[in-house]
Amino acid sequence: MQGIWAALTLQAGYNAGLVAIGATLLGFAAGAAGAFLFLRKRALVSDAVAHATLPGVGLAFIAMVLMGGDGRSLLGLLLGSAISAWLGLLAVEWISRKTRLPEDAAIGAVLSSFFGLGIVLLTIIQSMSAGRQAGLESFLLGSTAGMLRQDAILIAVAGSVVVGLVWLLRRPMTLVAFDAQYAAARGVNLRRVDLAMMGLVMAVTVIGLKLVGLILIVAMLIIPPVTARFWTERADRVVWLAGGVGAVAGYVGAALSASAPDLPTGPIIVLVSAALFVLSLFFSPARGVAAAFQARRRFQTRVHRRQGLLSLSRSEPIHDPLTLRILKGEGLIRPDGVATEDGLAQAAKIARDERRWEVARAVHHDTALTGRYDGLTPIEDVFTPDEIEDFDTRIGGLRVVAGSA
Amino acid sequence: MMGAEFVQLSLTPILIGVLASIACALPGNFLILRRQALIGDAISHVVLPGIVAAFLVTGTVAAMPMMIGAAVAALVAVVLIEAIRRLGRIEPGAAMGVTFTSLFAGGVLLLEQSDTSAVHLDVEHALMGNLESLIWLDATGWSSLTDAAALAGLPPELPRIALVAALISLLTWLFWRPLKLTSFDEGFARSLGMPVSIIGLALVSTAAIAAVAAFDAVGSIIVIAMFICPPAAARLMTNSLGAQVGWSLVFATVSAVLGYVLAGYGPIWLGFSASVSAAGMIATVTGLILAVACIAGPMRARVGQGATG
Repeated sequence: MQGIWAALTLQAGYNAGLVAIGATLLGFAAGAAGAFLFLRKRALVSDAVAHATLPGVGLAFIAMVLMGGDGRSLLGLLLGSAISAWLGLLAVEWISRKTRLPEDAAIGAVLSSFFGLGIVLLTIIQSMSAGRQAGLESFLLGSTAGMLRQDAILIAVAGSVVVGLVWLLRRPMTLVAFDAQYAAARGVNLRRVDLAMMGLVMAVTVIGLKLVGLILIVAMLIIPPVTARFWTERADRVVWLAGGVGAVAGYVGAALSASAPDLPTGPIIVLVSAALFVLSLFFSPARGVAAAFQARRRFQTRVHRRQGLLSLSRSEPIHDPLTLRILKGEGLIRPDGVATEDGLAQAAKIARDERRWEVARAVHHDTALTGRYDGLTPIEDVFTPDEIEDFDTRIGGLRVVAGSA
Repeated sequence: MMGAEFVQLSLTPILIGVLASIACALPGNFLILRRQALIGDAISHVVLPGIVAAFLVTGTVAAMPMMIGAAVAALVAVVLIEAIRRLGRIEPGAAMGVTFTSLFAGGVLLLEQSDTSAVHLDVEHALMGNLESLIWLDATGWSSLTDAAALAGLPPELPRIALVAALISLLTWLFWRPLKLTSFDEGFARSLGMPVSIIGLALVSTAAIAAVAAFDAVGSIIVIAMFICPPAAARLMTNSLGAQVGWSLVFATVSAVLGYVLAGYGPIWLGFSASVSAAGMIATVTGLILAVACIAGPMRARVGQGATG
């Protein structure tokens, strides 16, 4: 426990502190950039981008060794990965635009063949004399052990640049993500905005390679936006909330992983964001499962109450246990099932409402109004008092008439 | 090259590669048509937590518990994806992304936490498979194919994947009509009274079986590649489903053989001593075949779009 606290307050050591700051910034950038992708319903493109980085890493290493270096410069490897990720992205775009294959097939095809090529290159590197200790495998799952100060600075600077770009491009990207057709009609160049969006995703992926690895960076791009979506209906808020969720997951995940051995940073960050997602799935007020369940219960109660009262007004027996329970709970019937004074009054009111609706639907021509009859809405919510008076006249009622009985 | 050494070192890996490719490509055809291509990707990611959990429960690396663990994990993932999609009203792609990355992260964490250093169980192995090591040591030449004693020394992966490939071929043949109908026109199939959702679930389960069996032998890269690339390339060759399945099997077989040969002998031809990853090479070859089909496949364009469009 103390270890976690020390790590959370950045006192678990220099390296752990660097990692935590890097993970926080990366998490924010990934969440915000991923939000556009998610709103555009193209979340899994990031999977193709991430896997497509591997051949670039391999080629960059080989190129740097051939040029006489030791091939382990992080900047060089990241540049290589960015180039091949960009090629992978263009390939996805080209396949789904030029051929009849759907985008998901294009994603899967690019993902697997680029990754396969990457693995081939890794085995070539392993057979090179300089490649024995290259440690390029760490790009698969990330590795924070022995992270250098310059690596952390690279991640921090690049992460901030991505966040800045998200802020600059937020308007066109929100517009396209929210309603691409409308954006196109407004004269926004869809293809360019999409490519910019993908460029941000690619930048996040490349930055995250060292920290969480190419298989799990996808999670940092997808899970925070999905989590944020539970809490708001506004596109712009999803973006910044997703950034916040990503940052929290990155920070807490990095701290947890620093607090004990055998807790790899990447998977822990992903699991923290997955936990936030599960919490939101169940407990968010508007879209959560608990809220939906509650709304269903409320609706059920209303239907049963109304149907029960209608039965009372027609003096029909009630058999449904839930209806009986609701009516008894409100004191509308006695425990033996006989209607109370209150219950009879309520039943009469409901019966009158039902009768008024019947007339309204027969005589009124505006279907937009009469269509609101659902067996639950009181007629007073839909029609004006003088209209209801008109319905009452048509029904006929008790009034003094001339003549003998 | 085609002598005793070939039988001993290359025949069984090539056969296993071909059978695994066929087992994955067959269901892949229908997944592509249903726009569920990435379910194969999701399944092959969650295989890892499945086998790690199986190892933790049974304490062995025997094949059977591992495969059961992987199959259970695949099923759990499919159910979770569907639950998240419905409960959270989230689009399927994002639901898939949330599920498989979380499960994969869980798998990696379990692996790091448990003492698996003594056994051969790690992420890289799961990704790349060990096709090259599935050699037939008892073979002395082509005559060993009729020698019962030598046949008993075949790597156990071969009969297993052969059985699964045969099972999947049989299922595809038996359920051809419902599969075809539900993949092309779900509404029409439903109006005929077909149990559309059960057929969909059965297809995904079959894909999971193929993925798990193939994973055991060849690693997850080939699994993803074979689910998608050969059927996608085949889709660009023809408008008939029968011909598409045929093409996909040809592409799968060609890439498995060509990929293995290139990986094993390519570097030697180029003058290097070591070979490269066969699994990676096979996946690369499937990608190249798809690339050629995208550029030159006779049916590559959408309806209403010119062939050059």
